[in-house]
Amino acid sequence: MTAMLKLDVDGRAVEVPQGATVMDAATRLGIFVPHFCYHKKLSIAANCRMCLVQVEKAPKPMPACATPAAEGMKVWTQSEQAKQAQNSVMEFLLINHPLDCPICDQGGECQLQDLAVGYGKGQSRYAEEKRVVLHKSVGPLVSMEEMSRCIHCTRCVRFGQEIAGVMELGMMGRGEHSEIVTFVGRSVDSELSGNMIDICPVGALTSKPFRYSARTWELSRRKSVSPHDGLGANLVVQVKHNRVMRVLPLENEQVNECWISDKDRFSYEGLNSEERLTKPMLREGSGWREVEWQEALEHVAKRLGAIRSRHGAEQIGALASPHATLEEMALLAKLARGLGSENVDFRLRQADFSIDAKRAGAPWLGMKIAELGALDRVLVAGSFLRKDHPLIANRLRQAAKRGQQVSLIHVAGDDPLIALANKAVCAPAALPDLLAQVLRAAAEARGKPVPALAAGANAGAAAKAIAASLASGTNTGLFLGNAVQQHPRAARLHALAQALADILGARFGYLGEAANSVGGYLARCTPAERGLNARAMLESPRRAYLLLGVEPELDCGNPRAATNAMRAAEFVVAMSAFRSRAIDYAHVLLPTAPYTETSGTFVSTEGRMQSFNGVVRPLEDARPGWKVLRVLGNLLELAGFDYDTSEQVRDEACAPDAVATRLDNRVTGVESGLEAEPAPQSSAAMQRIADVPIYFADPIVRRAASLQQTRDARTPMASMHPALAARIGVAAGAKVRVRQEGGEAVLELACDEGLPADCVRIAAGHPATAALGAMYGEITSVERA
Amino acid sequence: MNSAHPPFDPGIYGPEAVLMKGITGENWRLKDYEARGGYAALKKILAEKMAPDAVIAELKRSALRGRGGAGFPTGLKWSFMPRQAPGAKYMVCNSDEGEPGTFKDRDILRYNPHQVIEGMAIGVYATGSTAGYNYIHGEIWDIYERFEEALAEARAAGYIGRNVLGSDFSWELYAHHGWGAYICGEETALLESIEGKKGQPRFRPPFPAGYGLYGRPTTINNTETFAAVPWIMLNGGQAYLELGRPNNGGTKIFSVSGHVERPGNYEVRLGTPFAKLLEMAGGMRGGRRIKAVIPGGSSAPVVPGQVMMQTDLDYDAIAKAGSMLGSGAVIVMDETVCMVRALERLSYFYFEESCGQCTPCREGTGWMYRVVHRIESGRGRQEDLDLLANVAENIMGRTICALGDAAALPVRSFVKHFRDEFQYHIDHKHCLVGAHAAVVGNKAAV
Amino acid sequence: MLSGESLKKIDTEVAKYPADQKQSAVMAALALAQEEKGHLSTEVMDFVAGYLGMAPVAVYEVASFYTMYDLAPVGGHKLCVCTNLPCALSGAVEAAEHLKKKLGIDWNETTPDGRFTLKQGECFGACGDAPVVLVNNKKMASFMTPEAIDKMLAELQK
Ligand SMILES: Cc1cc2nc3c(=O)[nH]c(=O)nc-3n(C[C@H](O)[C@H](O)[C@H](O)COP(=O)(O)O)c2cc1C
Ligand code: SF4
Ligand code: FES
Repeated sequence: MTAMLKLDVDGRAVEVPQGATVMDAATRLGIFVPHFCYHKKLSIAANCRMCLVQVEKAPKPMPACATPAAEGMKVWTQSEQAKQAQNSVMEFLLINHPLDCPICDQGGECQLQDLAVGYGKGQSRYAEEKRVVLHKSVGPLVSMEEMSRCIHCTRCVRFGQEIAGVMELGMMGRGEHSEIVTFVGRSVDSELSGNMIDICPVGALTSKPFRYSARTWELSRRKSVSPHDGLGANLVVQVKHNRVMRVLPLENEQVNECWISDKDRFSYEGLNSEERLTKPMLREGSGWREVEWQEALEHVAKRLGAIRSRHGAEQIGALASPHATLEEMALLAKLARGLGSENVDFRLRQADFSIDAKRAGAPWLGMKIAELGALDRVLVAGSFLRKDHPLIANRLRQAAKRGQQVSLIHVAGDDPLIALANKAVCAPAALPDLLAQVLRAAAEARGKPVPALAAGANAGAAAKAIAASLASGTNTGLFLGNAVQQHPRAARLHALAQALADILGARFGYLGEAANSVGGYLARCTPAERGLNARAMLESPRRAYLLLGVEPELDCGNPRAATNAMRAAEFVVAMSAFRSRAIDYAHVLLPTAPYTETSGTFVSTEGRMQSFNGVVRPLEDARPGWKVLRVLGNLLELAGFDYDTSEQVRDEACAPDAVATRLDNRVTGVESGLEAEPAPQSSAAMQRIADVPIYFADPIVRRAASLQQTRDARTPMASMHPALAARIGVAAGAKVRVRQEGGEAVLELACDEGLPADCVRIAAGHPATAALGAMYGEITSVERA
Repeated sequence: MNSAHPPFDPGIYGPEAVLMKGITGENWRLKDYEARGGYAALKKILAEKMAPDAVIAELKRSALRGRGGAGFPTGLKWSFMPRQAPGAKYMVCNSDEGEPGTFKDRDILRYNPHQVIEGMAIGVYATGSTAGYNYIHGEIWDIYERFEEALAEARAAGYIGRNVLGSDFSWELYAHHGWGAYICGEETALLESIEGKKGQPRFRPPFPAGYGLYGRPTTINNTETFAAVPWIMLNGGQAYLELGRPNNGGTKIFSVSGHVERPGNYEVRLGTPFAKLLEMAGGMRGGRRIKAVIPGGSSAPVVPGQVMMQTDLDYDAIAKAGSMLGSGAVIVMDETVCMVRALERLSYFYFEESCGQCTPCREGTGWMYRVVHRIESGRGRQEDLDLLANVAENIMGRTICALGDAAALPVRSFVKHFRDEFQYHIDHKHCLVGAHAAVVGNKAAV
Repeated sequence: MLSGESLKKIDTEVAKYPADQKQSAVMAALALAQEEKGHLSTEVMDFVAGYLGMAPVAVYEVASFYTMYDLAPVGGHKLCVCTNLPCALSGAVEAAEHLKKKLGIDWNETTPDGRFTLKQGECFGACGDAPVVLVNNKKMASFMTPEAIDKMLAELQK
């Protein structure tokens, strides 16, 4: 326990822990001290001087944000001395600040404007010319058009250095000529960059997509939950005329703190995209006909019934997006089962399903997100951490600064912008062996018998260093990322992680890929014993498919197999918010509502069940997916489809208080089922490494225009170690033809020293690579195009 | 290139010189310093295995006060270092001399570098530090090179490095050069600068003694402060104290510039009358009348000439005269100087050199400069003088570092003592002093 | 990007600081780079950032904060005159005016032949030697009366 200090602010007694500041003490009493540079999540700069307060015995006013609280201290935040100081600072801030509030985008939500009313004078005594600062162009998301408004609080700079982990903005020059800039015209590329807009206390950094589209007082604010990744960030969605105009974080210390990723923030542009599907449509010959819902659904019911009776229900496959709501997934599964088919799944990019029957429960993070910071040792395996889980990466980034040792085992050298204790990179095929090496070394370090799984492993230096770090901890967490979940040997990797956790007494779990990676299990949107999983459904094609929010050629682990299966099918129903390639192969297009237009539930990777309401009415004829499925159930005369609310659907699938009982990462019976395997021989074949770039990961973000202009949204390239490029005889920047499983793609070659030998990294989730095969499969050839 | 340099006059430091005694301009090398008795203090301390506390006690007895500007008692400062704390601890020498009017550290490093090295060695010993850095002003590159040479000599002779002179005392010392920023003279800006960042001062607390260079305990002293240490350790704190006055121990090098016959550095005992220093500097140039003196570097309040002529040169006496001894830079102005123009030039300096991080200084220095500039160029308004005083008031005591005060003090004192001249400018849109005023020059428009 | 000699000198600077504090050498590295290249281009700053493991914008902050770095090309000889009050009291303004007249340029300008750039400086810490002119950042010329300036220019013209 840290000692408590007693002090007195504005005549009221308060206790704060040792190390707290005067600002903390005032906050605890609910006393507002005006401030600009201070931000509770950033280091203290004490540069704006707005928070000057009077402190007993101090000869001059002290900045509340930076002055340590002391026992017996007496502070006045409103005294004559304090007020005089605050007013004069406000005057200084305003002398060079433009008088453009009426046209400023920040107008109405500007800290400077708010405080100027309380602390400023009516008339300026400044009779000189105001400073003019040139605008900057820093990319499609953050606008730096009006930099004369900047008050030099450096929040944005500190945000980059401390939270985003990459210093993209700096304050160049000095004195009055200081300016916030990027490095000579560079863009801001951080996946967290939009938060700078929130923390900028004035209208200097604004949202480029949002600029001038609405005034803050015209917007209604509605709560929602991010549909984009496993975190389940809490959102405030701002709406005008039934249109989503802007998305901001809703502060939740347990989940997203006060941040959101750029994906969460700017994806809303996709909601309003031209590609929205707004009418049910039926294929007629080579064309399409807009129809009423009734006709469309009757057609679907009739065709499904016919296929079932002619070919058997097992010829029907149902695939849900892992970003679909719990309710939608539950009803899709129920519908399929009602038809007699067990072929339902949402794990579209998974390749190895061999432990499906052995799971004790739904795989999840294994702990609360908020607990991540308290771990002293962490191993992350197979994760493009920064891009796949931007805010979980931030949790670890902050914890690493406080002494948490983070080790990373991965298939690429991407910098997570975390001060890593250890990092080991290997080819995907070598991942199980590397993890087995760590397991072996950890067992030895802890003096425990080496599990059979690791018997064949020969621990190298990297594995030993990681094991030593892990074994020295008392509160350890092991986390498996997307690359493990999508790995062809995912079951073995799971078993190894489980064994390692047992030896270390660690907790282990998954960094869930999508908004409902946990919810899909709870909704039982997975095949039981005799059903086909997502991969099998595509590799042994069905005659009919029900697609719920899925774009198979972009969302599936093997886009080539998926596309072929779709093209070959007799009947494909695409329930989707967007027009997509389904135009080419589907037979019915049903416009379903995205998360902003429906009620629903996401269960985040930490098992947090978050239900939300629609924030706008569905666009034109689009309808909430759960309602569409309910009506379809009725039309098919299936039992148990009489729901009035989405809550009824949710509670039937998994009542909120039952979630905890259904989360369990343990898999039983694997130890005996999987014996040690020899270390992989290096083969001449090239292995593919496939990340899913952050802005290709789901249908909404793919259509978010501004995000699509960022660096992260560049067309995928074929990246490889320079040695491999040299062997192929093609230089970086040249075009190459890549062949995989009979498909091919022409891509630009890039060199990356951080990649393992004999691997080619080609991103998934993009049309340019949709003709290729499995994400972690073998590459047939790469040659100059 | 230095063809214009007049021949070095060894007598220039004056008969009372202690630090600069025996300096000829050529005898800066190690062997010369040793011949003058150099490194004897360090040898004595190491041979006697003198307790660090005893070193500090001696320093306290000497009443040596920091020569960098603030005049903080050096012994007390050294005692703040957590000597027992494990890990790296640093001693930093502030040779970023850039306070207008100050040019003494340059001479010390140029003509007597080993004295600073020895002073730092003793400081490192007394504070339990592990290494030292000397931060040298950017514009005096030749001095940086000379200091590097002196370092090499001292290293070769075993005064720096592992087991100095066979003792168990080890330390390292390096030179770091600035590259043009007055603010790096401020001790925490200087630390930031050594860390490879912009020189932006840090808010205190934490103080450098707890959290300094690289977050480690650090002590920072001025070049001249370090240079005084060997003499004190060799001759005793009491002897040093007696060179000056109670609470104002020792001698001090005063940099005299402006309207005197022989600008230059003069080392005199603290408490020497200003009139005597003026005499040493050859008196007023051309025999003109003294108008004003800035006695402690440009940041110190200006003092009317007549008041200064009655004042002694020590911390307390100058404070009584309404100014500060500061860095000991004495800027002398005669009757031909237009005080509006002089202030304009100084205000421009602070405006130009403000680091820009804190609001009152970043915004206020430019505001003050522009108002003074307006008055000077005949566009002053009646309310300007009150406005100036008030803006200065609003900067004072509200900034992260003392540059804010340094910018405000001249404004306040110039307007206070020479209000008539400012008023005349406003009323008549031109100068009271007349054509001679051109000597202060101007700055490109901002 | 930089010569082996410059890199060696940078390495010497890096060695002055604790092993995990390479960034401390950035000022010296930029000064060396400027000496070799004439000024600090974007590419040079980017290179220094990479060499010292810094964010490029952090290097940019440093390069734009300290006045002796030149972010744009300057003439073969950069002449910097201190015109601060103590120097001005001893003829710095006259010296500057003389230089301007002789070179036919104003502050922050470069002669058409690209040989000289004139800059105004703040206190060099050499007020006793006023007027002072700093030549190419590293050479201090003292007592620069108009005659001394003529002599200096003649020498530099050679
Ligand atoms: C704006 C500013 C500039 C300063 N410049 C210098 C300087 O050039 N040299 C110096 O020794 N101290 C300078 N100081 C004072 C230092 O911050 C510090 O007090 C001093 O180096 C401590 O050494 P001392 O105790 O030996 O005087 C400056 C302070 C301020 C606020
Ligand atoms: S007072 Fe001026 S120089 Fe000092 S920290 Fe503030 S802005 Fe920087
Ligand atoms: S909030 Fe304290 S100085 Fe800015």
